[in-house]
Formats: sequence, C-alpha cells, structure tokens
Amino acid sequence: MSVFGPALRASLPVMFGYIPLGMAFGMLFQDLGYPWYFATLMGLFVYAGAAQFMAIGLLSAQAGLVEVAVSTLALNSRHIFFGLSLMSRYSCRGVQKLYLIFGLTDETYSLITGTPAPSSDRESDYYTAITALNQSYWVVGCTLGALLGRMIDFDTRGMDFALTALFLVLLIEQWHKVREPFPFLLAACCGVGALVLFKEQMLLLSIALSVVVLIVRCQLSGARL
Amino acid sequence: MNDHTYLLLVILVMTAATFFTRATPFMLLHKRADHPLLLFLGRFTPPAIMTILVIYSLGSVEFSRYPYGGPELLAALLTLAVHLLWRQALLSIFAGTACYMYAVQSGLFI
Repeated sequence: MSVFGPALRASLPVMFGYIPLGMAFGMLFQDLGYPWYFATLMGLFVYAGAAQFMAIGLLSAQAGLVEVAVSTLALNSRHIFFGLSLMSRYSCRGVQKLYLIFGLTDETYSLITGTPAPSSDRESDYYTAITALNQSYWVVGCTLGALLGRMIDFDTRGMDFALTALFLVLLIEQWHKVREPFPFLLAACCGVGALVLFKEQMLLLSIALSVVVLIVRCQLSGARL
Repeated sequence: MNDHTYLLLVILVMTAATFFTRATPFMLLHKRADHPLLLFLGRFTPPAIMTILVIYSLGSVEFSRYPYGGPELLAALLTLAVHLLWRQALLSIFAGTACYMYAVQSGLFI
C-alpha cells in the first residue's frame, strides 16, 4: 500500500499554513536586498519557521555568527523534547533517519504523533513522506514570497489559521488515543502559566516543565504504561 | 567580508544549530530507545505538546480589546464542533480556516 496518498491527505492542512507563512518570510527576506534563491536555500537547509523570521532581524543588523548560533539554539531548544518522545518511533537508520530528524518541525511532530500510518510495517516511509511534503510546502512558500514579493494580489490573510485548526484537531485525536486527562491538564497549566508569566519563552518553558513533571511521575509510578 | 559570503555563513550556522537541537536526544540516547521512561514519554508527551501548541497559537490573540478574540474563538469552536460531529480532520480544518479567513477579510468584526 502506498504511503504517499495518506501522507498527502494528512499534510494538506500544513500546506495551507506553510505556504502563506513561507511567503510572508520570503517577502520580508526580499526586502533585505538578497537574490530570491537565498530564501529557497534557507527553506531547504535551515527549515525552521520561527528561526528564519528571527534571521531577518539578525541579517539586517549584520549580527555576528556567534550571536546567530546562540539565538538559534535558544529558539529551537524545545525540539530536544520532541526527539525524546520519538525515540521508539524513529526506528529506521542511515540517511532516512537523518532526514527525519532534520525535518522535525512542530507541525511534522504533530502529524507523526497524531495521524496513523497506513500500515504498521511502513511507518518510517510514512513519516518520511510527511516530512518531505511539509518541507516542500515551506520551500515553495519561501520561494514564491521572495520571487513575487509584493506583486501578489491574492488575499491570504487568515489562511495560517489552518495550523491552529490542525493543532486543535490533533489535540482531539490525542484524547481519543490516550484517554487519560493527566498530560492534558498538566500541559494546560504549564502553557497558560508560561504564557502569562514569560510570554517570550512560552513554548520552551511550558514544554520543558511538562516533560520534567512527566518524568517525575513516570519514576513515581514505576513506569507502568 | 562579502555580503553573500556572510549570508551563506549565517545559513550554515543556523542549519547546524537547528539540526543540533533536533538531533541531540537521538545522539545521546540511541541505544536506549526501548527504555520504559522513553516509552512513557513517547505516549504522554504528544498530548502535552499538542495542548501547549493550541494555547501558544491562540496566545497572541488580544482578548481584552475589540473584537475580543471573536474571529479566533468562532473559528476554533467551529473546528471543534465539526470535528466532534464527523471526525474528518480535513473537513474540520477547512471549515475552521474558511470561517476565520472570512471573518478577518470581510470586515465582519470591524
């Protein structure tokens, strides 16, 4: 059974989020005065939405490379916790595994943990298809934005709500899977608390705190699943 | 330093830093993928992260000023309702997104 069809279906909402967001990045990037294909290059190699938007500020300020490295590490450090919960899912090896790790964005993580693979013996291929499709949407968005710049007339305002809707839907799907209120309530408390107290670092702090509490709870319960 | 060289170096540094954050757990723990703690996290981290991503993506909404998050709440409730009724992910997401795009573009809330 082909994995491409199901992966395309599952990833369509990400397309509606990544293309307008990538285009927004491309337009801002073009204002810096670089040729358009550098936006494509960033989508292909950096492939991190928030970090690319941050890069626009760093590039226009001609920030030093150490500052670039430190701010990118700080912004993306939440991804460490994504990997922790994917150790047993990412069972393939070699280049395929490297690509899965490279392409692990918030949205890719959400789809991989929230949508079922069409057959259990082809899970890795399904994950790879999801990762590659998501990245292709992002690269297309970055390129279009930088190429067309402000010429585009189509009003995409609000289209990136597709990502919010995707997270909402996958939240319900997680509930159907897990059927235990603890992780949801824990994360809701951490999320709202971090949003109110430390808006800037909300994602990193709330994810880190939730994972730490989950680890403690696992130790206390003797790792019963 | 040539301007394009600078940009290429920035891209290189950002690529390495981003990959590093994504790869760290796999590099450190690849021999213990079936450890009970990692299996536990594999089961309970996704629902926690999904909850946080929902809060985060609605967190920048200005609820204290007009339109009091109206478009976001309307679209989020529609997404939830459609999903609870039919449980067709694409349908729910399209309904919510279309509703939101209409709400912010039509001037319904101005």
